[in-house]
Amino acid sequence: MTQVAACPACAVAPLAQETARHARPPDAILSIPALHCAACIGKVERALSALPGVERARVNLSLKRVSVHGPDVPDETITAAIKAAGYDAYPLDLTLLEEGQDPVGRALLIRLAIAGFAMMNVMLFSVAVWSGASDATRDLFHLISALISLPAVLFCGQPFFANAWSALRVRALNMDVPISLAILLAAGMSLFEVLNGGAHAYFDAALSLTFFLLIGRYLDHQTRSSARSAAKELAALEVHTAQRIDAGHATKVPVSALRVGDRVLIPTGVRVPVDGTLDSASAVSDRSFLTGESAAQTLIKGFPVQAGEINQGAPFEMTATAVGDDTTLRRVANLVEMAENSRNRYTNLADRAARIYAPAVHLLALLAFVVWVWISGDIRFALNIGVAVLIITCPCALGLAVPAVATAAIARLYAMGFLVKSGTALERLAEVDIAVFDKTGTLTLSSSTGKLSTLSDTQASVARKLAQSSHHPMSRALLSVLPPVPLAEVTQMQEIPGFGMQAVLDGQPVRMGRGSWLGADFDGLGLRIGDGPAIPLPLTDIPRPGVKTALEGLRSLGIAPQILSGDGKTPVQALAAQIGVEDLQFNVSATEKHAYLTGLQKAGHRVLMVGDGLNDTASLAAAHASVAPASALDASRSAADIVLLRDSLAEFPMLMKIARATTRLSRENFAIAAAYNAIAVPVALLGYASPLIAAIAMSASSLTVLANAMRVRIVR
Amino acid sequence: MNVLLILIPVSIILGGLGLCGFLWTLRSGQYDDAEGSAARLLLEDDDAPNDAPDEPRS
Repeated sequence: MTQVAACPACAVAPLAQETARHARPPDAILSIPALHCAACIGKVERALSALPGVERARVNLSLKRVSVHGPDVPDETITAAIKAAGYDAYPLDLTLLEEGQDPVGRALLIRLAIAGFAMMNVMLFSVAVWSGASDATRDLFHLISALISLPAVLFCGQPFFANAWSALRVRALNMDVPISLAILLAAGMSLFEVLNGGAHAYFDAALSLTFFLLIGRYLDHQTRSSARSAAKELAALEVHTAQRIDAGHATKVPVSALRVGDRVLIPTGVRVPVDGTLDSASAVSDRSFLTGESAAQTLIKGFPVQAGEINQGAPFEMTATAVGDDTTLRRVANLVEMAENSRNRYTNLADRAARIYAPAVHLLALLAFVVWVWISGDIRFALNIGVAVLIITCPCALGLAVPAVATAAIARLYAMGFLVKSGTALERLAEVDIAVFDKTGTLTLSSSTGKLSTLSDTQASVARKLAQSSHHPMSRALLSVLPPVPLAEVTQMQEIPGFGMQAVLDGQPVRMGRGSWLGADFDGLGLRIGDGPAIPLPLTDIPRPGVKTALEGLRSLGIAPQILSGDGKTPVQALAAQIGVEDLQFNVSATEKHAYLTGLQKAGHRVLMVGDGLNDTASLAAAHASVAPASALDASRSAADIVLLRDSLAEFPMLMKIARATTRLSRENFAIAAAYNAIAVPVALLGYASPLIAAIAMSASSLTVLANAMRVRIVR
Repeated sequence: MNVLLILIPVSIILGGLGLCGFLWTLRSGQYDDAEGSAARLLLEDDDAPNDAPDEPRS
């Protein structure tokens, strides 16, 4: 017998629960920057669905993320599965991504849809009126138009009205004041005309104004929210959990729960969350973000360890001495924030134009009204002309052209591997005349080598095997340049932190590490098999792919490249000679970098800073525009305007070209809009503007600026 | 001219249907991943149609 429900709601409730189960938020969201095609979606989703405990995995290609449902699957398992499929994945902090739903954008789209619907219907009636409908038919059409457009205008125009009101309340003028005035006056005056059987109604103008400007507003919102979500994603990537040692064993706790005096375990390859002192006998730590030095440093017990360093050797233990806002890392981040505030005072092109435009439009409309009252004495007629002037001068170009260009440019740059974080970044980038590069991590990729071809196959295969088992940056660099020979069979492999790797090959010991440890007379990396001689494995910085193309491109655009590095004289000069840069400085500290940059800017230059380390963050924030590679420290990425997502620098000149094209096209769009106004405004002032002319002038100028904006997609 | 009395409501209703359709697609999250939806066409294994949207709706 089937169960009888007491009421319809009871029958529906299980269904609702079922729906809720499907709609519950994912248990993990991971960022996978390398996703780019259908095959990637298939690979990642298949790999994750095969994991036990995963209910559902869904890739979002636009956001390059995957959301995983499966409450009991640890992040590490998911990351490992995606890694096995061939992609790097980074878990994101769900609490920071919570607002990812973007209600504002959705509300704008709904308004846009309604405005579009109303505009099409009203336009049908308007066309009938323009082509000769008269008397009762015309009045009927006008009336129906009024019934459709009044609610639509009042609903869809709300974003403009709200902005205009907030500006007027503090006795200021912004772009939305003339917009709101034009929309409301057009609708209101048309209603008055319709009720009095007038011949002209501007309902279609009021609606198409709203529609076009909503497009602009939506594009603008998209640009800003992509910038915001990028920043949010960067924040969500930071270290959130730490392993605290309580009574002998490590427990996972949020970083915010750590207190001074807590003992913390730092696993291999993980960033140190707080400042402290080292408890383990020794540790290898990558502090390049602090010093700019490429080699990892060996620390011994009692040495200070700073938040942001990366453990490159065996896991170590430390005692916290400063947490939260007191850490060195956070203090630098605060400095950066202050430096950024000064740059935020940059006024963008649209705002500068709006300052001139808004008062001019109001004065012009008022003038038209007053003069026509004086000439004809007919207030209704004069008001008609005043409204026509407002409608025709309405700033579609300002509201639509600039966001359209910026959105198209940012979308194109994203496809090329540049993540534009700041809305005004492209405008500032276009004005740059000097590019200052950091060396380690920016112009170079970790470290690598010269002459390894002399190695025998046995030597190479042992080196490969040992390098593969270590997380040390030198091992990783070595791995990328060793010949692709099969791995040697070794046993008893172990890592001696600070010295190297050792293992046993066919009964004889093999060691790879620093020369002094191998008993050799050189100090760099070496390999020793059994009692044989120690073989040096020379490692130098290798430039990022595409560096030369990038620098040549910059020079041809009239931008002088310079190197400003915290590293020593020899490596900097070697690299500069290799990539052909004459203008270089070495042993520069973070404050000196900042001072040098500020000096250049005081001298009238606009400087682009490209850097990745903590010693660059202040300079990144102070520079006119800044770029950081994705491998950079969190603080540097958040200080930079643009994040470079790929390893190669080859597209760098393209970034500059697109930035310049963006500014140029925005200016062109202003010129186009001004040209339309120059023709249409005199017509309106003289009283010849009919709703038809207003509609044509407005739609034509909006479509022209949109089409012109799309040209940024074909810049070469 | 009496035909207008039928045609006008018909045209408005048709337009309204289109509007409702758009609002429905918007609410059911069909614009959340435009690039992904385009690429998914090319995936060969369509074993189970994924009826739920990417991320929960608010």
